[in-house]
Amino acid sequence: MDWQALTLTLRLAALTTAILLAIAVPLAALLVLGRARWLAILEAVTALPLVLPPVVLGFLLLVLLGPRTFVGRGITAVLGHPLAFSFSGLVVGSVIYSLPFAVQPLVTGFAAVEPALIDAARLLGASPLRIVATLLVPLARRSLLAAAVLTFLHTVGEFGVVLMLGGDIPGATRTLSILLYDQVESFNYAAANRTAVLLLGLSVVALAAIYTGVRPRGGSRA
Amino acid sequence: MLEFALTLRRGALLLEVEDCFTAEWTVIFGPSGAGKSTLLRLMAGLESPQRGRIALDQRKLTDTGHHVFIGPGHRRIAFVAQQPALFPHLSVEANVAYGIDKLGPSERSSRVEEMLALVGAIELANRSPRDLSGGEAQRVALARALAPHSRLLLLDEPFSALDGEASDALLARLRPWLHQRGVQTVLVTHDATDAWASDAEVALLRAGQIVARGPASVALAAERARILARLTSS
Repeated sequence: MDWQALTLTLRLAALTTAILLAIAVPLAALLVLGRARWLAILEAVTALPLVLPPVVLGFLLLVLLGPRTFVGRGITAVLGHPLAFSFSGLVVGSVIYSLPFAVQPLVTGFAAVEPALIDAARLLGASPLRIVATLLVPLARRSLLAAAVLTFLHTVGEFGVVLMLGGDIPGATRTLSILLYDQVESFNYAAANRTAVLLLGLSVVALAAIYTGVRPRGGSRA
Repeated sequence: MLEFALTLRRGALLLEVEDCFTAEWTVIFGPSGAGKSTLLRLMAGLESPQRGRIALDQRKLTDTGHHVFIGPGHRRIAFVAQQPALFPHLSVEANVAYGIDKLGPSERSSRVEEMLALVGAIELANRSPRDLSGGEAQRVALARALAPHSRLLLLDEPFSALDGEASDALLARLRPWLHQRGVQTVLVTHDATDAWASDAEVALLRAGQIVARGPASVALAAERARILARLTSS
């Protein structure tokens, strides 16, 4: 068992999930509560990683964060090293790649909150921030759980973006998916089996957590 | 004093109204689809008109000509809709306290108690909205709307789940309380008895226009004749 790859993967997934929830909650609230037409464009951009091939996204980020662009040079000047081929770079790539998996469940959950409740809160003087904190998040907590678990799992299973942007550096960018690829490439099927079972187990446990949380107590969902 | 001149087209409805309500208690009466609820939502700031203005005690709340729009929480207007819309994850007490979070804990607590006592729901304080009957939920929604002490109260058929006796008893407690605090009230109803039962000023709204205004005996004379004709012919 490559504990280094496992802890790196879990660390990457946990960090990505935390950052994405902090971004996705206000973003989803804006998409649901806002009325401006440009929000449709924002929603489309948010969903873009769903249809963009991961290797394409990884390549674009590699170029963007590399030394040839203004953004890449700026980041290098601030951090002292480029983001590409580093753990920080993987976090940035994962956040962008998993964005729709955090935003979409939250948009669905927030949109399911009765508009009459939001009207009542507005009439009582609640600010948009208070409406999100006291109404949308508590009433859509199952969607929040779904968003967290889906983001975590999606990051754990990420391959294309990680390989393109991070390469295969043990302890820095070698995640379980990259490790599995390495093991298969070197015909080490016994190790590859163990890694695959581990990834499968993580997925089953996380999905079970979602469905346990979503299923109402003492009744069916119908 | 509530002044308004509003134009709004919504689907088949063209709402075009201009009036000034000065009475303490005004009833907007009209059939379903006449635009009563839309008019109330415009007054509350939940919707914007295509054209027009609203002023409460000479304070501009909406004025499309001058790009003025005061948000619903800053108009000093309380609004109670037919659907109570209580926050299901909060207790009755927390629902009533929601709009007065800026008050200190003791003042907030006594205000909640006062409001629940006013609507006859003091025993419901610790209950969940999920465990309330329709009538109880409407009482709590009224207490929640009144808690911030507004200048104008808008009621959109808020007692539909209460029987006549309970509704009358609630109004008998509510009206002196509103009078004492100088709160102007506008009540929307499609039930003629609600308009006749009070000594209110009545505005008859039909197909998006105010077609009659005055005391119930005047504004609803045609409606009264229609109902009497139906009773005598049956």
